[in-house]
Amino acid sequence: MINWKLILGIAKTHLITKIKQTSIAALGVTFGIGSYITLVSFMTGLNGMLDGLILNQTPHVHVFNEIEPSEKQPVAIYKEFENAFNIVHSIKPKQNQRKIHNALPIIQHLNNDKLVKGALPQIKTQIFYIAGSIEIGGNLTGIDVLKEASLFNFKDYITQGTAESLHNSDNGILLGAGIADKMSLKLGDRVQISTIQGDIFPLKIVGIYQSGIADLDNIQSFANIKTVQRILGEPENYITDINVKLYDIDNAIPLAKKIEQQFNLTAIDINTANAQFETGTNIRNLITYAVSLTLLIVAGFGIYNILNMLIYEKMNDIAILKAIGFSGKDVQMIFMTQAIIIGLVGGILGLILGYILSSVIDKIPFQTEALPTIATYPINFSPWFYVIGISFAMISTFLAGSLPSLKAKKIDPVHIIRGQ
Amino acid sequence: MKTVLEAKNLNKYFEKPVLFHVLRDINFKVQQGEFVSIMGKSGCGKSTLLYILSTMDTDYKGELYLNEKLITGQHRDKLSYIRNKHIGFVFQFHYLLAEFSVLENVMLPAKKLAEKSIAEIKHDAMEKLRILGIENLADKKASRISGGEKQRVAIARALINNPSIIMGDEPTGNLDSHNSENVFNIFKQLSEEQGLSLLVVTHDKDFANKTDRIIEMGDGSIIS
Repeated sequence: MINWKLILGIAKTHLITKIKQTSIAALGVTFGIGSYITLVSFMTGLNGMLDGLILNQTPHVHVFNEIEPSEKQPVAIYKEFENAFNIVHSIKPKQNQRKIHNALPIIQHLNNDKLVKGALPQIKTQIFYIAGSIEIGGNLTGIDVLKEASLFNFKDYITQGTAESLHNSDNGILLGAGIADKMSLKLGDRVQISTIQGDIFPLKIVGIYQSGIADLDNIQSFANIKTVQRILGEPENYITDINVKLYDIDNAIPLAKKIEQQFNLTAIDINTANAQFETGTNIRNLITYAVSLTLLIVAGFGIYNILNMLIYEKMNDIAILKAIGFSGKDVQMIFMTQAIIIGLVGGILGLILGYILSSVIDKIPFQTEALPTIATYPINFSPWFYVIGISFAMISTFLAGSLPSLKAKKIDPVHIIRGQ
Repeated sequence: MKTVLEAKNLNKYFEKPVLFHVLRDINFKVQQGEFVSIMGKSGCGKSTLLYILSTMDTDYKGELYLNEKLITGQHRDKLSYIRNKHIGFVFQFHYLLAEFSVLENVMLPAKKLAEKSIAEIKHDAMEKLRILGIENLADKKASRISGGEKQRVAIARALINNPSIIMGDEPTGNLDSHNSENVFNIFKQLSEEQGLSLLVVTHDKDFANKTDRIIEMGDGSIIS
């Protein structure tokens, strides 16, 4: 049976009389954990921001009609050539409409799905921005702006004007920031656009859109669905794309497959569309953990060293404790307790240090053209990092303490006492 | 009279650096209340014998009985318990825990035994210090008292669990004659008044002559 109160008392006395070494060992852990917390909070904050830059605006499943050749050419279906070797030259894409057939019922169907947070219709079309005699090519997308704002953080990318003003205007346009610069246009001005068919429409600029991706901002503008339908001269059921946002991104792949089969449409899930982001995130996390682990291993060696020295200094004490009836296990626990106290105190201080440092970083201004919505460095204050941090501290001190403690357990008191 | 400690056919070998027969067929008994000293030249194996008797050294052949119970071959943790409860130790060098106060040093074995409350242990410890005439040192740090005082504290610590036997390895070896005499008188008094058994290894002939019985050792065996 181990008398913990007594063990703790002895461990405490040892630590307090060697307060300098103890604090240095604990500080090692503090810096290790503190930098882990700071690093991981900053890194994942940055990751989240970079991913959000693309992923927030990207639908989890994007449904549209792909222009592509038929998978089976008619000749392959024809029975008489069944066993023949058919060669078809210069295959053309299948004659197909751009619009999604029965789009409105499909949207309603998707919105009723429990996994789906929202399914939004869009109309994508090519247009020209007309500035005098110059025509600049671009894209105009018809959107349901209020729903886009609530589901895809669309508001974050409107740098001037508001989503509501677009919603309320019949012939308003959210002009891409790049285009606005090129054409020296500003909020409240009018811009003329021309469809591919050549019809010209004047639209009022009710807002400026900036995604942070220059290529996109140079061509992309937004208008209400109805406005675009009117410009194109299409009826109200003319929808070219459906963007689906899910509650859980992991359901994107199965849902995309299901939509493809069920409606004979093309559905791209977010993982396929943006595979490289996942990879980037994983690698950054790997680096973060590798650096933190290194810091903690160094701190662990510090603890190992100091406990080892302490045990050499306390050889006589260990011998006397064993002579007066302390078992090897008691002695082991005395030193193990010291390691754990160092780990716990150092670890908790490390969490506090990490929190303070990341709070400071969180306040540092960080403004960049590319990221219109970010004002300070992003920090991810996930409580999980703190749980992992303190577990790291405990495990590394436990390992660092276990070897010297085992040595203390095995010390032969006769050897020490006779050696005097 | 009750036998407190008995050794039967104890043999011990050192294997390093060469095989060496340190103890040869040691047989003896210590009765309750007996004050026994072990004498002999350096290297005759008397300290080795003492550490076997103290249960700290378990690498020997033969049998060892404490209070008529066999303790040879017991598990280490059990031996620690036996040392804690039944055996008190006094060494040549004082071996107090330097960071703890005198009182804490004395209380330590009793706290480990944990048969009494802290308040009772404290009371007992003060009582032992009073018997040895050093109760005024109770709150001093163990590293801040003189050699003679340290040895008395060590004796108080040996007494705290009211052991069956006290063993000493040259307990006066490091003390001047005044303090030696003091320690001897304390031992004598404990043996006579409290019926405590004592087994002391010593080089000091005067000290040994005053004890109840002298075990003379030479070349690993008992001569007389």
